[in-house]
Amino acid sequence: MVRPENGAGPVKLAVKDLAIHYGPKSALAGVSLDVREHEIFGIIGPANSGKTSFLRALNRMDLHTTGMRVEGSIHLDGRDVRKWRNVYALRRQIGVVFPLPVGLPLSVYDNVALSPRLRGIKNKADLDVVVERCLTRAALWDEVKDRLDSLGSLLSGGQQQRLTIARALSQDPKLLLLDEFSIAVDPVTTMRIEDILRTLKDEITIILVTNLVQQARRLADRTAFFLSGEFVEVGETEDLFTGAVRDPRTRAYVEGRFG
Amino acid sequence: MGVWNFRSGTLAMSGSPQDLGAQLDRRDLAWFVDKAVQALVFLGGVSAIVFILGIFVFITKEGFGFIAGRFDIVEFFGSTRWRPTSEQPTYGALALIVGTASVTGLAMLVAVPFSLGAAIYIGEFAQGRTREVLKILVELLAAIPSVVWGFIGLSIMNPLIIRLFDVPVGLNVLNSGFILGLMAAPIMTTIAEDSLKAVPDTYREAAEALGATRWQVIRRVVIPAARNGLVAAVLLGVGRGFGETMAVLMASGHSINLPTSVFDSVRALTATIAAELGETAVGSEHYRALFTLGIFLFVVTFIINLTADLVIRGIRKK
Repeated sequence: MVRPENGAGPVKLAVKDLAIHYGPKSALAGVSLDVREHEIFGIIGPANSGKTSFLRALNRMDLHTTGMRVEGSIHLDGRDVRKWRNVYALRRQIGVVFPLPVGLPLSVYDNVALSPRLRGIKNKADLDVVVERCLTRAALWDEVKDRLDSLGSLLSGGQQQRLTIARALSQDPKLLLLDEFSIAVDPVTTMRIEDILRTLKDEITIILVTNLVQQARRLADRTAFFLSGEFVEVGETEDLFTGAVRDPRTRAYVEGRFG
Repeated sequence: MGVWNFRSGTLAMSGSPQDLGAQLDRRDLAWFVDKAVQALVFLGGVSAIVFILGIFVFITKEGFGFIAGRFDIVEFFGSTRWRPTSEQPTYGALALIVGTASVTGLAMLVAVPFSLGAAIYIGEFAQGRTREVLKILVELLAAIPSVVWGFIGLSIMNPLIIRLFDVPVGLNVLNSGFILGLMAAPIMTTIAEDSLKAVPDTYREAAEALGATRWQVIRRVVIPAARNGLVAAVLLGVGRGFGETMAVLMASGHSINLPTSVFDSVRALTATIAAELGETAVGSEHYRALFTLGIFLFVVTFIINLTADLVIRGIRKK
């Protein structure tokens, strides 16, 4: 289903015949797709189509979710994620941004410094460098540089979401997963974050789950469409919008006829 | 002719179809019930305050005669001679205060690691049925009457300590502190576990997504987030220790002593009141002195509980 693409990077993430169940209930089935290096890969679909479950399978959150079963294969850099014995080493390579900003009950500084500290960096000067770099990449540094010691949860919603992006970047992930990041963010901040993502694309691979079809169109190089736990198709984002797609349901969804 | 209807507050024309408005509206009854329930709930809430104040007034009144008259603050807090029945009675409560404090201190040394460990296991690691069973068992433990704990101290711990440490008496700080620690641990576990459970799962997921191991998640994120509840659990345990009477009376040896080691027998404030109050004449100096001990206990436990409460409400540095 993946159309050949000019100048496409090597495959970063290869998913084959992925199926996810919660107990007896199927959440997602039949997913086969490749995500290429340095692309923004969009996943669209209405609520309950399995988008979040897909992300959870990628960083092996199924381990701590009772009843969640994952079948099929997911290869990150050619290595099966299910074969990593040290799941924490896998997760360090993947940054996650959740729909609602999860400001840990720590200061702005400590939120960003958490992952480096978990890694074992203790030196204050080293941490300062990481914190400043990540906050700058997340376009938040100028706004918070004078209040690094105040609680992260005291920031505005948009700032908090950028804080979680900074935190996700603090472990230098190769892959960044964003799950409907704009759900609790105002349009102006959404645009700023979208700009950030376009810049980040040069360095890391991004998977963007969104329920905003236009957001996928603005950002994603290629986009997959999930519907009610079914993997409908994947293609060049523009093709999805200009009608060069096979499945009529995709057309109907992107045109807003349902969803 | 118009008739003002008081129940529904409308002007109804008699004989006209608007009579409907004059009929009893269910909501009028509901309104009345609402008001009545409000009053009852208010009474219930206020009664707690009234009782606390009442108790405070009562013990203050009973102890006041002593505080105003014979009471000597230097003797009370500075002397270990508690001899209310001698020819020349002395009322030095230092040994009793130290006795209570040492037993409570040892109890906390036992209870804090026990209860926090149990709370972390139940709240963070145990799954499904194990977790439910453990929770029920811990709550059952909390319901064991203190006299049963005292009995265990007297009949099991006492010979055990004598044999293990080769000391003449097994009723001492070690015995009562250990018993009290085991007694306080279940309630502390329950409160600590509640505060761990109150930490949203999104925190755990966010930390796990950063590659934190289970223990790192608990240590770096869950415990700091639950810190207030955990501190409150410990403080409530301290309050429990200070106020406990029967188990301490039975396991501490009940002899007036400034302890120099955990193998010394001590006497607690509470146990002194319990053991002596029945022997005194109402209104006598000894009687009032015991109530003065009661006031002291009341003030200390009140401060501890108030601190716990303020901590639960989250007095933070920022």
